[in-house]
Amino acid sequence: MSMTSIKPLLKGKRHRLDRPELLAPAGNLEKLKFAVHYGADAVYIGGQKYGLRSGADNFSFEEMREGVEFAARYGAKVFVATNIYAHNEDIEGLEDYLRGLEAAGIAAIIAADPAIVETAQRVAPGLEVHLSTQQSVLNWRTVKFWKDEGLPRVVLARETSLEEIAEMKAHVDIEIEAFIHGAMCSSFSGRCVLSNHFTDRDSNRGGCCQSCRWKYDLYVDGDSVNTEQDSQFTMGSKDLCMISHLPELIEVGVDSFKIEGRMKSLHYVATVVNAYRQAIDAYFADPEGYELKPEWVDEINKSANRPLNTGFFFDTPGTEDHIYEPEQKAAPYDFAGVVLSYDEATGEAVIQQRNHFKPGTEVEFFGPGGTFFKQTVEEIRDLEGQLLDAARHPLQQVRIRTAQPVHPMDMMRKRIR
Amino acid sequence: MNTKPELLTTAASLGELRKLMEAGADAFIIGESKYGARLPGEFGLQEMAEAVEAAHGFVRPVRIYAAVNNLMDNAAADSLPEYLGSLAQIGVDAIVFGDPSVLVTAREAAPGVALHWNAEMTSTSYAQADYWGRRGASRIVLARELNMEQIIEIKQRTSLEVQVQVHGMTNIYHSKRSLVDSYMGHLGKEPSELDSRLGQGLYLMEEERRDERYPIYQDAHGTYMMSSDDVCMIENLHELMEAGIDSLRVEGLMKTTAYNETVIRAYRAAIDAYAADPAGYEFKEEWLDAIRALQDPSRELSYGFFFKEQVY
Repeated sequence: MSMTSIKPLLKGKRHRLDRPELLAPAGNLEKLKFAVHYGADAVYIGGQKYGLRSGADNFSFEEMREGVEFAARYGAKVFVATNIYAHNEDIEGLEDYLRGLEAAGIAAIIAADPAIVETAQRVAPGLEVHLSTQQSVLNWRTVKFWKDEGLPRVVLARETSLEEIAEMKAHVDIEIEAFIHGAMCSSFSGRCVLSNHFTDRDSNRGGCCQSCRWKYDLYVDGDSVNTEQDSQFTMGSKDLCMISHLPELIEVGVDSFKIEGRMKSLHYVATVVNAYRQAIDAYFADPEGYELKPEWVDEINKSANRPLNTGFFFDTPGTEDHIYEPEQKAAPYDFAGVVLSYDEATGEAVIQQRNHFKPGTEVEFFGPGGTFFKQTVEEIRDLEGQLLDAARHPLQQVRIRTAQPVHPMDMMRKRIR
Repeated sequence: MNTKPELLTTAASLGELRKLMEAGADAFIIGESKYGARLPGEFGLQEMAEAVEAAHGFVRPVRIYAAVNNLMDNAAADSLPEYLGSLAQIGVDAIVFGDPSVLVTAREAAPGVALHWNAEMTSTSYAQADYWGRRGASRIVLARELNMEQIIEIKQRTSLEVQVQVHGMTNIYHSKRSLVDSYMGHLGKEPSELDSRLGQGLYLMEEERRDERYPIYQDAHGTYMMSSDDVCMIENLHELMEAGIDSLRVEGLMKTTAYNETVIRAYRAAIDAYAADPAGYEFKEEWLDAIRALQDPSRELSYGFFFKEQVY
């Protein structure tokens, strides 16, 4: 892989293509930076309030400003998910919060609750309002309703098919954002209160405890349908992955390709964004000659948490699209480290440790644009030059020789089985 | 407060509707499953017209609300202008909607017909009520996951009518997927080997909650999972009446007509007693006893979320 291809990235500039936008999740500031560096045109994050991932790190206004500034160097935007359905007591403070987002340079909010939509339009007109998937938009008349309400973009329900999206685009001139990758609610998003019933946690305000992935027994009038021990009922869905179908999505006119996962790891975000970035760029460089590259699919698979499918784009999911077996991490890889610097004279890189590795560990280095090579870790030294028997400590900085030149923010992963 | 709240319920058939009018229901929400969500029975346009005739001709005026509260796909939404036009012609008293496509279509196809906003679990604040009010809705149907304090504050802060479910099961999960069929496939069986429609007695049991039975069924719109308990607010109905809640809904889904009649009679008695003398009102144990006598022992009568504090 040639080094020249990623040089512009390091200067903070990327050749921006016309649509579609690649929109990535960022659970914290570091993930935001990596998502942008690996090719996201926009990232969405959560603030301290009004977001549906109460378990994610979530950004302070200060961190948002830093994120916006970093993203701007790449020409990328930052969106904030304010996608709860607010209760009375959540409404106080909403106006100040939205003004704070606007002041922090946030480009758009993603909102489901019409009260939040309207308040943002009134008090923070500099924020675009994108309608969240939590509103379950499934038909073009409803798309048109939200356009007439002044929204420039709707995020569709995950239950819409490619054909239905085409119909929406034919009827309404509005930006359409669709999830193309990641975990899926098996219910209509927002239409599930299992968490509320099982654990008193409000799923529509960020308390979802993923009860759809629990195990159940199905009974008919007192008799269990299932007679085998390990074959219980579940609603748990496989994860969405559209890497093999980007031309269809582009041609139908989807404006923003959204990756799910504000709770996902840095390694996941970088890997997935990297693959989709390359695929989208390859398509626009030569639509006629576009071919899916096996390495994009390989990379995606190295980050996968669950088996993958194509959701509702082609057909309603059936038996093959659910996970009845015990869940096992699908990808046999772990994030091992981040490149902080590289010394051309010595061929050594400084690596920040993210998982245990030692001399002899088989690792892969990858970076934006598809740079990639494998090697075996040789000597490991600390920054003072002392030999180490292993890189044991999280965030510890160590020096190792790399088989090829590497760059800051390149990543290192290891095989785990 | 001296205005009587409306006692609203469902009906599986014209026959049940007539019996529940006799038992004391003031209003019904009925419709057909192509447009309405989780209905106990089908009322096509013909039956709808008969229901309106029966209700409007009853000894005291009874209202009919058409359930058009499904999430609509393109195909369903395309047929709305004609359907809503027919409902207006029949003379239904309101159209209940949850998808904005119904609201915009009704403005042209059914002008003058009242609109009730019912998005189930996502109708959660006075600000939302006002939002839909400014766009033509006259009533908000509140999420069943709100508590008494939140409900009362919404009523105090909105000018819309407020409807609350006071009795029966609630929907807790809706997927577009045919999950029972998928599971049968996983077991190596044909979906046809198991009748998964409404009323066939299917339920789920969660591993660590063996005493709770969650009814599950499928229709053309996917799979529904229902609560394992039945809300029953008759003991505390005065709190809702005192707050001026406009409509109290009894859900009759998956219940016998005899059970529903008993429930309606009990709530009718409580509402009438309160209206006659709010200050001297007292809850009568016999109302609840009548319900308990017919209650499925595997389904607990509960306060739903009325007295809960949720976290997130």
